[in-house]
Amino acid sequence: MSSSALVEKTAFDLSHLLANKEVSSVEIAQACLSQIDRVDEQVHAFLHRDDQDFLAQARASDERREKGNSLGPLDGIPVALKDVISVKGQPLTAASKILQNYISPYDATVTKKLKDAGAVIGGRLNLDEFAMGSSTENSAYGPTRNPWDLNCVPGGSSGGSSAAVAAREAPLTLGSDTGGSIRQPASLCGVVGMKPTYGMVSRYGLAAFASSLDQIGPFSKTVEDTALLLEIISGHDPLDSTSFPTEIPSYSSAINQSLKPCVLGLPKEYFGEGMDDEVRNAVNLAVEFYRNQGHEIVEVSLPTTDLAVPVYYVIATAEASSNLARYDGIRYTTRSDRAQNAIDVYAKSRGEGFGEEVKRRCILGAYGLSSGYYDAYYLRAQKTRTLIREDFNRVFKEVDAILTPTAPTPAFKFGEKSDDPISMYLSDIYTISTNLAGLPAISVPCGFTKGNLPIGLQLIGRAFEESSLLSIAHAYDREHKFGCVTPSLVKE
Amino acid sequence: MSESEPNPMDIDYVSNLARIELSEKEKEKFRGQLGDVLKYFEKLQEVDVEGVEPTAHAFPRYNVWDKDTAKKPFSVDLALQNAPKSRNEQILVPKVVED
Amino acid sequence: MKYEAVIGLEVHVQLETNSKMFTRVPCGYGKEPNSLTDAVVLGLPGALPVMNLEAIEKSIKVGLLLGCKIADTCKWDRKNYFYPDMPKNYQISQFDQPICEGGEVEIEMPGDSPAVMGKHRIVQLTRIHLEEDVGKLTHFENDSLVDYNRAGSPLLEIVSEPDLFSPEETFAYLTSLRNSLIYTGISSCDMEKGQLRCDANISIRPVGTEKLGTKVELKNLNTISGVKNGVEYEIKRQIKAMEQGEEIFQETRRWNPEQRYTTPMRSKEMAHDYRYFPDPDLMPVKIEQEWIDKIRNEIPEKPFDKQRRYMDELNLPYSITSALCPDLKLCEYFEEANKLAKNPRKIGNWVVNDLLRELSAGSKDETKSISLNDCPIPPKHLAELVELIENGSVSNNVAKELFPEMFSTGKSPSTLVKEKGLEVKSDEGEIESHCAQAIQDDPDAAEKFKAGKEGAINALKGKVMKATRGQANPKVVDEILRRLLSN
Repeated sequence: MSSSALVEKTAFDLSHLLANKEVSSVEIAQACLSQIDRVDEQVHAFLHRDDQDFLAQARASDERREKGNSLGPLDGIPVALKDVISVKGQPLTAASKILQNYISPYDATVTKKLKDAGAVIGGRLNLDEFAMGSSTENSAYGPTRNPWDLNCVPGGSSGGSSAAVAAREAPLTLGSDTGGSIRQPASLCGVVGMKPTYGMVSRYGLAAFASSLDQIGPFSKTVEDTALLLEIISGHDPLDSTSFPTEIPSYSSAINQSLKPCVLGLPKEYFGEGMDDEVRNAVNLAVEFYRNQGHEIVEVSLPTTDLAVPVYYVIATAEASSNLARYDGIRYTTRSDRAQNAIDVYAKSRGEGFGEEVKRRCILGAYGLSSGYYDAYYLRAQKTRTLIREDFNRVFKEVDAILTPTAPTPAFKFGEKSDDPISMYLSDIYTISTNLAGLPAISVPCGFTKGNLPIGLQLIGRAFEESSLLSIAHAYDREHKFGCVTPSLVKE
Repeated sequence: MSESEPNPMDIDYVSNLARIELSEKEKEKFRGQLGDVLKYFEKLQEVDVEGVEPTAHAFPRYNVWDKDTAKKPFSVDLALQNAPKSRNEQILVPKVVED
Repeated sequence: MKYEAVIGLEVHVQLETNSKMFTRVPCGYGKEPNSLTDAVVLGLPGALPVMNLEAIEKSIKVGLLLGCKIADTCKWDRKNYFYPDMPKNYQISQFDQPICEGGEVEIEMPGDSPAVMGKHRIVQLTRIHLEEDVGKLTHFENDSLVDYNRAGSPLLEIVSEPDLFSPEETFAYLTSLRNSLIYTGISSCDMEKGQLRCDANISIRPVGTEKLGTKVELKNLNTISGVKNGVEYEIKRQIKAMEQGEEIFQETRRWNPEQRYTTPMRSKEMAHDYRYFPDPDLMPVKIEQEWIDKIRNEIPEKPFDKQRRYMDELNLPYSITSALCPDLKLCEYFEEANKLAKNPRKIGNWVVNDLLRELSAGSKDETKSISLNDCPIPPKHLAELVELIENGSVSNNVAKELFPEMFSTGKSPSTLVKEKGLEVKSDEGEIESHCAQAIQDDPDAAEKFKAGKEGAINALKGKVMKATRGQANPKVVDEILRRLLSN
């Protein structure tokens, strides 16, 4: 099979090809590498590659299969990771200058789970520095470009993860989602991206942005592939105290069972102003599809919606200001040459090592926690967060899933929002609430604009009911497969 | 806060608290941007949160702990592999002014 | 004007656990630098904390021992400040929901003489909370080195009310607290190893006034005598300043034990804006009554309670109990020996005089004693020795000679007595011939006794004992002499 044909395959198909010995893992790895060689100069999804290590893992997988010791459906399939997930012996920069020389001495739990499943882990994917941003413009190593239009951002913060799947450089990638950082770039790049319920996937080894909101999740071309990857990386981890002890069913088999009629809620607050017309039309078509399939569509209300962005930015920046304090030029981060004493090391190393958005958020976060402001900002935001959770709890008594656009607009141009923090923050307006409520949500491609930019549909599910959410998403995706459309720019 | 009120944030104080050195240009820029952001946050002050418990965790649990069994630590080499400077198996830092 | 000092103490105690507070790396002292770390200890990107159950149980135990209210729930907060010894630049601690609140420590002031019990008083505690320790900085002329071996060890902070009024009380408080903590097996409280560290808040006020003066925080009080000397110096400094009309600033000062004075620490870096907030990486702790009850059963009797019981029930003098009771192991030894010999005063005397002497003399290192765990004399040997004395089988003098040998050989007293032929001779025939000989050699004494001078018999006894090298049973000697002299 030709290299260009291989990179267009889903992980699910690759898995079958491997099982039938129609292709080897080395061939798949080589196909990915040649695609990266061909397109990544333009797309810039990857910050780092270790081709030898990548091919060695593929060879080891082929040998296992040869001996009949295959480790399962993911054995031999490449998975690339956002550069905030630790892989022992590999760099982890978080797209920051301050971590430019850091090599991780340990594996994240998801990395370990992927290795145990035989996945071929390759490459470090670009992002907004420390996952702070919605465009991947905040990377210290240069932005990632949207494979659908190189003048547009891929979304963020996991822009490298979404672009790599869209550009056919990897069939599967992992990202992290704190306020939409998986779903928004998935939407802007026309791929599937999912944020699981908070606590489903261990955060151990994920460089933290905002601990109470961060979740790792998959990117893929199809919902089916996302199910496949999610069932590997989920599960209780004793190394993460916020990890939830719950049984992980086989999502990939669950989604293929027949779907009973569901009630889907459309929150009226989400369909108001600020939404692009083409986005609205595409989402309405998806709504019609579900209605025609026999599902009930109801209007619901989430009155706290307009509070989500301020609550999020108070909580996320506060946690970040503390989480990022460890990057100080002392033990493993780059130290400023200008430092005369220990106190200098901090301020100068951080002043030089952090980009503008990271500085802005750390300062904002420190302010929200500082003496005299804690009650008005942090504590009040936490209380309001309770109201947001209660809103969702109430709605989920009536509906099985909430259906919304993922982002208010398709991919925007570079520089369009980078000097206006609030308008950038508002590009996460539909995704942020679910992080605050801890709920699972998935972005599924649901069409294109006239300018051929992808549009994403977001489905939000009940806590810990990933099976149900994936089944509802799969019902749409199976019939449309917009994520399997390859951008012409990266086609051979 | 009305529009005429200045940004309440003392950027020198907070950047020192966060241990981030800012250039004058950055300070100027941040003053404006963060002032806008704080103004945007104002809507939080109008929410009635009387009697509402704060959410620290989306799905709170209690007593998540581990038994006191020691496991193997990092080797000294691994512990120091990323250190910008080290001497005698320790991290070297510029003189800490005793405070 | 006369001034009085008001002192509150913050005592940090390292809990003895196998692994650290929030990761399962071993705790230890004196190991190769940076050999007790992992991703969590070093604060690497992605590392997450997991609580150590043992540290929580031990904290509850301390709380129960000191009569604190144990929290229904407590949580973890981040205390944010930058310092090279703190890997994450925040310390996981407990801000507004500590594991224990209130509580008290009974202290004893020195009595008029070592044999007399001093005055007792209750010192109130504010709270006890659990946190993680920081690493160790070593300063050189041009730079500093950091070792993170200690970082992340469980550390208990015990905060007293401003309820101490002199350096002597401060010393008594620390001594009593330390004894209690060692009692419960919480910590060895070895100040040299940094297992117990202390800061003091000191202010002065005119005697008879209620309002607290400006508080000065005194740091680096790292030995028990350092605490006493440092506090004493600082009180004098403040009184002098006050008398000279100077203002006392709220500041942090450091005790310099070598030069014996306190100096201010740079206040600029000490801006106390710690930005505490609940640690989102950890879940809170809920402490059910059942759990508390279970731990309560493991709490030993408090040192002063034990001392009172020994004095009341066993009729032991203060001089013995004051040496026994601060040391739980010694008390256990005493009780075990006493259970067999049922002679508390004798056993007590042997333990606090002879045993302690041998233990401290027996160690090659002059500064240290042999631990009671390694004591070559088991309690039953001591009990046996006391019984041998009581039933007249050995004399007191012989016993005193035997004891060091029991210590050096580990043999039982009866074995040694046999081996060395030291058993008391009660063979009446042999003793009678010695007695007859004595009367013959000293007719003068015999006559005096017969004439009613009771004391004269002692001269004869002495002769018999000398002739038998002290091994004749004194009771038998007495009987035979009286019989022979009555004829």
